[in-house]
Amino acid sequence: MSSGPTSGRDLSVYIHVPFCAVRCGYCDFNTYTATELGGGGSQAEYPRNAMREMDLTLAADRDAGYDYDRVSTVFFGGGTPTLLPADDLVAMLDHLRTLIPLADDAEVTTEANPDSVTRASLSRLASGGITRVSFGMQSAVPSVLRTLDRTHDPERVPQAVGWAREAGLSVSLDLIYGTPGETLADVETSVKAALACDVDHMSAYSLIIEGNTAMARQLRRGELEAPDPDDMADKYELVDDLASSDGLSWYEVSNWARTEDQRSRHNLAYWRGGDWWGIGPGAHRHRDGMRSWNLKHPSRYAAAMTDGSLPVADSELLSAEDRLLERIMLELRIVDGLSVEEIPEETRPQLAVHRDRGHLDADALAAGRAVLTRQGRLLADAVIRDLVP
Amino acid sequence: MTPRIAADEARDILPASTPQERLRNFCIIAHIDHGKSTLADRMLQITGVVEARAMRAQYLDRMDIERERGITVKSQAVRMPWQVDGTNYALNMIDTPGHVDFTYEVSRSLAACEGAILLVDAAQGIEAQTLANLYLAMENDLTIIPVLNKIDLPGAEPEKYAAEIGQLVGVEPDDVLRVSGKTGLGVEDLLDHVVRTLPPPVGDADAPCRAMIFDSVYDTYRGVVTYIRMIDGSLKSRDRIDMMSTGAHHELLEIGVSSPEPHPTPGIGPGEVGYLITGVKDVRQSKVGDTITTSIRGATEALEGYADPKPMVYSGLFPIDGSDYPVLRDALDKLKLNDASLNYEPETSTALGFGFRVGFLGLLHLEIVRERLEREFNLDLISTAPSVVYHVVMEDGTEVEVMNPSDFPEGKVSEISEPITKATILVPAEFIGAVMELCQSKRGNLGGMDYLSEDRVELRYTLPLAEIVFDFFDQLKSKTRGYASLDYDVSGSQTADLVKVDMLLQGEPVDAFSAIVHRDKAYNYGVEMAGKLKKLIPRQQFEVPIQAAIGARIIARENIRAMRKDVLSKCYGGDISRKRKLLEKQKEGKKRMKNIGSVEVPQEAFIAALSSDEGDMPKDSKKK
Repeated sequence: MSSGPTSGRDLSVYIHVPFCAVRCGYCDFNTYTATELGGGGSQAEYPRNAMREMDLTLAADRDAGYDYDRVSTVFFGGGTPTLLPADDLVAMLDHLRTLIPLADDAEVTTEANPDSVTRASLSRLASGGITRVSFGMQSAVPSVLRTLDRTHDPERVPQAVGWAREAGLSVSLDLIYGTPGETLADVETSVKAALACDVDHMSAYSLIIEGNTAMARQLRRGELEAPDPDDMADKYELVDDLASSDGLSWYEVSNWARTEDQRSRHNLAYWRGGDWWGIGPGAHRHRDGMRSWNLKHPSRYAAAMTDGSLPVADSELLSAEDRLLERIMLELRIVDGLSVEEIPEETRPQLAVHRDRGHLDADALAAGRAVLTRQGRLLADAVIRDLVP
Repeated sequence: MTPRIAADEARDILPASTPQERLRNFCIIAHIDHGKSTLADRMLQITGVVEARAMRAQYLDRMDIERERGITVKSQAVRMPWQVDGTNYALNMIDTPGHVDFTYEVSRSLAACEGAILLVDAAQGIEAQTLANLYLAMENDLTIIPVLNKIDLPGAEPEKYAAEIGQLVGVEPDDVLRVSGKTGLGVEDLLDHVVRTLPPPVGDADAPCRAMIFDSVYDTYRGVVTYIRMIDGSLKSRDRIDMMSTGAHHELLEIGVSSPEPHPTPGIGPGEVGYLITGVKDVRQSKVGDTITTSIRGATEALEGYADPKPMVYSGLFPIDGSDYPVLRDALDKLKLNDASLNYEPETSTALGFGFRVGFLGLLHLEIVRERLEREFNLDLISTAPSVVYHVVMEDGTEVEVMNPSDFPEGKVSEISEPITKATILVPAEFIGAVMELCQSKRGNLGGMDYLSEDRVELRYTLPLAEIVFDFFDQLKSKTRGYASLDYDVSGSQTADLVKVDMLLQGEPVDAFSAIVHRDKAYNYGVEMAGKLKKLIPRQQFEVPIQAAIGARIIARENIRAMRKDVLSKCYGGDISRKRKLLEKQKEGKKRMKNIGSVEVPQEAFIAALSSDEGDMPKDSKKK
């Protein structure tokens, strides 16, 4: 575990674009549908503010003795980053390059809504240095999309994927399973539709209905049926079966890739304790055991930028125990698992218990690594709780 | 209203020297909410012992709980001057506890009186507990003054209920007095009636002193205040006294009467009612029913009727927060100072942790104690299902008293006996069938049935106490739309085919859910409890069988299926801190789990399982 200022490290950069055309009923992300937010928080002002934050962050890192050799991954997330003109995303990327060199093989991803891209915009993104696009497909079944408040036509997905491929972008599709009313057959339809696009990468998330969302209110009013954990488990297993038979293999609880190269290196940086910047309202960053996060509202964020001060809302310095907990919590979720040596002695006997319950792979454990089985992936939190001291 | 005599003018009725023929001692027998306290308040006001502006509603009920729930647990006496035909009298009103659990205390209060006002709500008629206390009063040869209260209410049916109680007491309906405690209507007449119809006490003024304790109350500042009725002889403030049941000697620190605030007097004469203070700190040293005499030239024979109150119902009380255990212990120690019938000893439960096994006189007593612990000592408590005391005879002849199902002896049992009650149920005639069916299902035997009026019936049953403490009262209320009233009195024991049912989680017994039930009901109990636990215990990482067993024999089984999904699907940069904090919280929660074998059960699940069939106690028979 590293400690103290270092140089020569890789940096990942997350850029949060907090705008959407509509807010989906299940969404509790920091995103806004108004194009004009007061106080400089508008979409038009956003790229300039983000670039300003990059400048401030670089200066702050340097003051603290952190100097990064290169940026190895960039991720535009949201919100819907592609609501901004492609030129804006490219401009932000270009600005970043002027601060820290972008690695030759850098992975630069943008999230996108199938509705919010065109052949031309994808081509522009690719020529500007974006290498990968992750489409929020969610489902191929119209009724499910409707429940999720998604506005796109399912037919639009293969078309957008085609354009992205034409532009030379690597493509990932995001799915959501467990939407109220969704059947196992619906899940099968969706996964098959995603795989039919011949994607390199797929993420599938069980729908989580957070308390402060429109969907949670519908649930409380009894207009929607509450998700059933067994049904969720069935659906997860179905997704995994279909992905595997198509040649994609899991590398994190909710992520599958065709080859090792096609795994999201940006996300792996999160899970392996890398350093990253979080640019934009509400974005989180991590630097060597220090986590901090930005002011959430775009207007307050913009005001900080106007003042020329870092828009940090709060931060925490991880203790050794926190770091250990995070390490177990994050690395156990990935396919490499973690070395038995990393598990504290106090809880190490639990490894055999979970192997016997079928949650940890017996061969891997014999070879000194704790790696979740599929049954274990579904119970990852329970296993983690038993392994952390 | 102006009092007929001012309290300080009544020099011919001083407590130490009032002739017995100028004394009247009475109590009021009434059901909860039939207006006893309001009537008593009105009497205090009309006789001038409490000025109107000092009047709190229901002056005599001192504890908050009593005031709020309109029930009287602890009795007190109050001395009131009254003038009839130009003669001054002293009326001693003894405020009796109104509930079934306190039958013994009621009987001692009655023994302190020559007469009783039978007070019945003119809109509701007599209730079972009132009837039981009326019978008790009649057996004590008390003169009964039947009174209908609340005659000013729009729903009052004085003719109907006058006929009903007239028949019970043996008077013409016209002789039933009618009052309104609220407005004071008829209360002066009632006081006149008390003077005219109740016999004065007839103690032997020259005999050695004998005073009966009818109540004993702990006061933080003064220690125990003992309420007495002088039967024979008298007490002076300088006397030394003896408690005849124990032979303990005490110095008198103060003697006096309450009207209703304490007024020290030089002494108390025969037939009189008053209080005394000796400096003892625990009501167990001054027991209700005991006889007090003077140390010098004392009586040799105690008054009849003394008994040690015996707990009939036991329940485990556990603090929800385990660290509150010492607070609970101290709280029980404090309550005990004022409650001679409360007893307890430490109990440890795998499911609920450290607590106490507490013995109570009955369900209401249990509830009052629990509520006082929660309210006055700020405790959050969980109580296990109330259990009665079983007498178990083993095949080797050993005999065991079982107050807690988890203490049921291992080995061959030759005989088990359980306490039984004589229960009286008053109910509108249309519900006779429903009540009989219920009593039948509760192993009841019908002893008799009488019509009190053309549409009200008194049913007399012998019922096992265990069935009554289970959920009898709730069911009785629901089957009679709230119209039935119940009274019961423990009247012996019977042998029965009883078995202990254990609830097992993955083969491990969960002590808090063991129960002693009739063999015919064991299966139902097992199925019901297994189903309840299945609903309440969260799924584990493995399948968990829940079984109900009699000894080694499994009689019912449920399975909690293994949990299949416990994972947050998204865990990216911004999720990490939140997720770590969530895990830390879950980890903390895990530490608070109770482990039954390898099954982790949140304490809330046990609490919910114990709470869900914890019915209302027979404290409140208000009709809806």
